Amino acid sequence: MEKFLNCKGLVVPLDRANVDTDAIIPKQFLKSINRSGFGRYLFDEWRYLDYGEPGMEVAQRKPNPDFVLNQVRYQGARILLTRANFGCGSSREHAPWALQDYGFQVIIAPSFADIFFNNTFKIGLLPIVLSENIVDQMFREVNLNVGYYLVVNLEDQTVVTPSGETHIFEVDSFRKKNLLNGLDEIELTLQYAEKIKAFEDKKRIEQPWLFT
Amino acid sequence: MQTLYDKLWKNHVVHDGPGDTALLYIDRHLVHEVTSPQAFESLRIAGRKPWRLDSILAVADHNVPTTERANGISDPISRLQVETLDRNCEELGITEFKMNDLRQGIVHVIGPEQGATLPGMTVVCGDSHTSTHGAFACLAFGIGTSEVEHVLATQCLSIKKALEMQILVDGTLGHGVTAKDVALAIIGKIGTAGGTGYAIEFSGSTICALSMEGRMTLCNMAIEAGARAGMIAVDDITIDYISGRPLAPKGDSWEKAVTYWRTLKSDEGVEFNQIVKLDAAEIKPQVTWGTSPEMVTTVDGRVPDPLKITDSVKRNDMQRALKYMGLAPNMLISEIYLDKIFIGSCTNARIEDLRAAAEVVKDRHIAKNIKLAMVVPGSGLVKLQAEEEGLDKVFLNAGFEWREPGCSMCLAMNDDYLSPGERCASTSNRNFEGRQGPAGRTHLVSPAMAAAAAVAGHFVDVRNIY
Repeated sequence: MEKFLNCKGLVVPLDRANVDTDAIIPKQFLKSINRSGFGRYLFDEWRYLDYGEPGMEVAQRKPNPDFVLNQVRYQGARILLTRANFGCGSSREHAPWALQDYGFQVIIAPSFADIFFNNTFKIGLLPIVLSENIVDQMFREVNLNVGYYLVVNLEDQTVVTPSGETHIFEVDSFRKKNLLNGLDEIELTLQYAEKIKAFEDKKRIEQPWLFT
Repeated sequence: MQTLYDKLWKNHVVHDGPGDTALLYIDRHLVHEVTSPQAFESLRIAGRKPWRLDSILAVADHNVPTTERANGISDPISRLQVETLDRNCEELGITEFKMNDLRQGIVHVIGPEQGATLPGMTVVCGDSHTSTHGAFACLAFGIGTSEVEHVLATQCLSIKKALEMQILVDGTLGHGVTAKDVALAIIGKIGTAGGTGYAIEFSGSTICALSMEGRMTLCNMAIEAGARAGMIAVDDITIDYISGRPLAPKGDSWEKAVTYWRTLKSDEGVEFNQIVKLDAAEIKPQVTWGTSPEMVTTVDGRVPDPLKITDSVKRNDMQRALKYMGLAPNMLISEIYLDKIFIGSCTNARIEDLRAAAEVVKDRHIAKNIKLAMVVPGSGLVKLQAEEEGLDKVFLNAGFEWREPGCSMCLAMNDDYLSPGERCASTSNRNFEGRQGPAGRTHLVSPAMAAAAAVAGHFVDVRNIY
């Protein structure tokens, strides 16, 4: 996993609650056996007026001018600001892959769905939970100010607004360490290989029916 | 005192930590073609091998055609994905039920059917509906592809313990009211984020009276209430279901296993972080009207009116959903006419589901406005059993199509999908925008309600027609 570097990023507001992973990356793109290249299909059904199929060239697509990601002022955004329960539904890791491949480093919302939240950390994309009030305020500010950006510091666990307001966010210490150092979680777990083997040997005797 | 979740958790902790996570041992790893190829590839690049092959069972279900399979899969991208699973399983020595194997089917149908899902197990799969297996008092939850690789390589996952919610449903369900209606009523009550951060245990007299099929339907939908895992304690119904399954223990091992399995319930009087109560007698057949499973009402209800909602975010979501669904505020649910009927998915494609739908359509015919009504059994074995019971004839005589098993139009990765604007009564689990096809409109219902809608051409209260 790549290290999470602190981020000063342009913010794009996606003003919807319960954005599901089917919307983030529709199923026809899940047929790919690769891990990269999903960014151009991010929010495909909202982002384009035509029906997207794998392999289509972006230049030949019809962008939906009403969709926020297509607006000129939000080009190059690195931070997605959205509403509650972001990433609900399917466990597809293709959703965080698509967000990251598009260029997002941080997603800010009042809450996230459990599986999505977990998946983002695994690839070095940072989900930040801030209160409804703060998120509301950020929505107002981003709508009023072209070029609205936020500074995210994972070490300090802070989000700083252009006016210098600082918001603290929570992050699990284990996940934080993994993100900051870009650690390979499998390698970390394999440090306990002997313990796993011992657990397994004991279980094989106690509950042999689990090993058929 | 411990909850069922506490017991399952404790029995699988290999190592406590780091932080507030624990390293949990995974007993059963179910694998399908969509979320596994990148995990196998990364495993190979890192020079690692699967930790324990006999913990893995693989099947292709999302991309497979439900029509004639003799010529394979026509879409080359889908075909490559299924072939990639075949190749990975062959190379590594993983058990896979291939497309033309009688045992092939939806991963969450075949696991329990084979006895690959047993009480007390931790069960994972790169699929959110893995919660289904919690019906067997398993700790079962969906994972992403990075975690699929992690389980392949280490047989473990680092996980943070969830909060615990008890959903208590008591009383007798009315005639024509099913586990699907209970699931949708719960989601209507607590919302699609109501269970976020929780593991849910379903209990109460209503749950005890459900068959294993019904319990699987309920646990399947736990994720639609936001909970990664749903579970139900072991009782005689659980044990009877498992007895004789191909991978179930036999002889002395069976006796020993049953003794252990009977301990898999929450201790009397144990506390939960949250308790939600429902009265079964008050639950009516449910129909979703929007683009989230929480946008649900009763069959005798009306489409809600956004103007009555004060919260602006909620009102906007409702307006957007009604526009997408092509519905007017305050119209009767029974005035909603359908184009297609889908009976299938990991939620409702087991034998009991097919029987319930067949009972409704027996000696009847689908309405003229229904362009397509299809039944997609959950597995080859469910299909075979249904045919032995003559259900295929009942459906075919009623004008339904009788298909081969797979995920099919639940998520429309194969050739089964809605065309833009088409409206479907579906026994699946998600009514998200585009889920069953671009600009398709999905209404989630029980199998009996879908069957009744097929006959009437619009939603009707199944309680009034049989």
